[in-house]
Amino acid sequence: MSSVNSGYEGGGRTRALFSGLGAIGRVLSMVAITILGLLAVTFFISRVVPIDPVLAVVGDRAPPHVYERVREEMGLHLPVWQQFAIYVTNVLSGDLGTSVLTSRPVAQDIARYFPATLELATLGTLIGTVLGVPLGVLAAVRRGHFIDHLVRVVGLVGYSAPIFWLGLLGLLVFYANLGWVGGPGRLDISYEYMLTPVTGMVLVDAALTGDWAVFRNAISHIVLPASLLGYFSLAYISRMTRSFMLNELSQEYIITARVKGVSEQRIIWGHALRNALVPLITVIALSYAHLLEGSVLTETVFAWPGLGRYITNSLQNADMSAVLGGTLVIGVVFVAINILSDLLYRLFDPRTR
Amino acid sequence: MKIVKALLAAGAILALTLLPTRAVTPDDTLVMASQIDDVITLDPAEVFEFSAAEMVGNSYERLIGYDLDDVSDIFGVVAESWEVSEDGKTLTFTVRQGKTFASGNELTAEDVVFSLQRALKLDLSPAFILTQFGFTADNVEEKIVQTGDYEFTFEMDQAYAPTFVLYCLTSTVASVVDKDLVLEHEVDGDLGHEWLKRNHAGSGPFAIRQWRPNEAVVMERNEHYEPEVPLARVIYQHVPESSTQRLMLEQGDIDIARDLGPEELQALEQLDGIKIQSGVKGGLYYLGLNQKNEYLSKPEVRQALKYLVDYDAIADTIMEGLAEVHQSFLPTGLLGSVEDTPFSLDVERAKELLAEAGLAEGFSITMDTRNTSDITGMGEAIQQTFAQAGIDLQLIPGDGAQTLTKYRAREHDIYIGRWGPDYQDPHTNADTFAANPDNSDDAAAKPLAWRNAWDIPELTKKTQSAILETNTEERARVYEGLQREVMDRGPFVIMFQEIEVMAMQDNVNNFIIGPSFDSNEFGEASKD
Repeated sequence: MSSVNSGYEGGGRTRALFSGLGAIGRVLSMVAITILGLLAVTFFISRVVPIDPVLAVVGDRAPPHVYERVREEMGLHLPVWQQFAIYVTNVLSGDLGTSVLTSRPVAQDIARYFPATLELATLGTLIGTVLGVPLGVLAAVRRGHFIDHLVRVVGLVGYSAPIFWLGLLGLLVFYANLGWVGGPGRLDISYEYMLTPVTGMVLVDAALTGDWAVFRNAISHIVLPASLLGYFSLAYISRMTRSFMLNELSQEYIITARVKGVSEQRIIWGHALRNALVPLITVIALSYAHLLEGSVLTETVFAWPGLGRYITNSLQNADMSAVLGGTLVIGVVFVAINILSDLLYRLFDPRTR
Repeated sequence: MKIVKALLAAGAILALTLLPTRAVTPDDTLVMASQIDDVITLDPAEVFEFSAAEMVGNSYERLIGYDLDDVSDIFGVVAESWEVSEDGKTLTFTVRQGKTFASGNELTAEDVVFSLQRALKLDLSPAFILTQFGFTADNVEEKIVQTGDYEFTFEMDQAYAPTFVLYCLTSTVASVVDKDLVLEHEVDGDLGHEWLKRNHAGSGPFAIRQWRPNEAVVMERNEHYEPEVPLARVIYQHVPESSTQRLMLEQGDIDIARDLGPEELQALEQLDGIKIQSGVKGGLYYLGLNQKNEYLSKPEVRQALKYLVDYDAIADTIMEGLAEVHQSFLPTGLLGSVEDTPFSLDVERAKELLAEAGLAEGFSITMDTRNTSDITGMGEAIQQTFAQAGIDLQLIPGDGAQTLTKYRAREHDIYIGRWGPDYQDPHTNADTFAANPDNSDDAAAKPLAWRNAWDIPELTKKTQSAILETNTEERARVYEGLQREVMDRGPFVIMFQEIEVMAMQDNVNNFIIGPSFDSNEFGEASKD
């Protein structure tokens, strides 16, 4: 996705402008192709899985004429390519279809579930980054020491322990035994109806309306699942930070800096980390994207009405409008995160400017 | 050191946010953790899913009801009385006066007639319960007719057994909807269907206020209902994971946990302040043996397999209180149900039968097994006992919709399934286990007998004649005969009847677990 702009030397403003527009055009066409490809693959996979989508609508007991009628209403009697063409046409006109499981327009479902996931994943990534990067740096600086082993063990557990199990364990300790955090769900039942959704993110909405009781309650509910996701991304981010840092610390410019008498703190944080940040941005972005689409198990344990669970549930019932709508959103998010990390690259790495 | 300080600061901020939140649900609100992602509609003309049927059962009323402890006791709910004409084809109902919908509109015969006609005109999945009496979308306006403010006639094409008709009218599809309210929301002649999918127009103890798919359903007291409803609010909170439900119950965040496994129930049983309540439901666990398979089509093999299931061990160790042994196709409680359990694990007898079929060496066969813990556990136990007689059973695990799709296409060898009655009359199960009008691949009706390719013209006739038997005792005898025949030679190894178990705070009173999925009642439930 990265498009390094080095195609002209000393040309006029017009050439620069055209080149810039060209780059944007290239990016946009790549985005379009990526998303169309994604939709096509998802659509055709959905048509070959051995699940009858009509069953999700009419159930197991419907008489045959009802079954046939619904099958036709869903357009399943048409050739697959025609079904796909109809779907893409509808999407282009802004209609993502209706979910058979929720009886709501898919767009409305996504508007409800995506903010829940976004809130959780963002907080998770923040926790993972704020703790993971310093830990990784420390491990690299104190290579072979206690802290290094500790980071490695923490990372290993985060990598290998099933998140489902960790979630239940977390609930058992912090919710059931210590009573420090709120239980599953986004809010206590008594707060559920006090909030008018604006963005759909409970924390943001509570802050916007200045309802701090709801805000505190929401924090107490989100802190455990977000920390869990944070731990998961911390494991990844700290390991990668460590290896990037080790690479940077062995470079000649570090030796030069030391010879020049630059303080160790400045060498680590000002020089080595700054250079390690460039690849690290990709790592953090990927980890974020992963949390946005792959938190199904966490969402299940914590009864969190998020997008991952929505897509999985829809997939298991062959509710294809919902699956495709969800896939589309995830696809767009991936592309957006990629573009964002490209932009950050330019910010941190002067060579790409 | 700066790093350590930063980490400490971050930890402190995090710790500040961890607030003690030990909650108790409000006294007038009942909160249930339940798997409600099966709800796809709330329109009574369409509802056929377990959770939604329970919600409709508590928020709409039907013409007829039955005693939850003794299903044979039928009484009028919206109907005050009814008379059967001499030829037995027409019922004249008198509607009870003084009933009011949650909207404040009065309930009259006009609403009842509209509701029945509406269900038939929309012709959605459960409409067949009413079309059995000869009604169609085209003729229903002449057949179900309002004859007074509180009176209407119900004219059928044949003189069906009155019990059959009345039991069908207890099902959710026969719920009375508020005609004026529904028609206010009609779009393009849809009889308010799109609106009612997500809203409520009933006269039951509760009104459905909000359905947030995969999150919650909120019901509030119908202020017009008599007698007064003790609870102000009932909330179903969608909690997919059973361990999570258990923790929430222990913490007091919910009042009832609905989907617990044997392990969770055992643990909760020991706790003070929590009680376990259970009720026998109509669901049956059975094996369907496809008669297209050369081995399973032999009568001796079918018999042998019935001796190769360790019924007691599965009920005691795998299901642990969630099922009891039952071997006839009518669950306990339905008219004519046979309670005999002639089959038990008898490997020697099974081997003899296999030898008679010329299969003394055994054979290999597959079973499509849904990947839920109960079905998988049963499948593995059956695999072991089949092996004792030399039958190599391979389990094919799959998701629910996936195994069902295969079963409906008759592409299985053995299918391990669960079947619940659609209404409380014996015909509901007889019509699927003991009837198969056309065994061809493109048959119009596809009952369980068809799914297992069991061609039974004689038995089908018997089943179809039973709905015309007006003498209730005689009718019960016909069903007993049908059950014994299916038990003896049918392609179904019927094993267990389901028990619904829930754990609740011990201050919850009068929550009734009824025999069908739409008859769990909480109109009189309270907390003290």
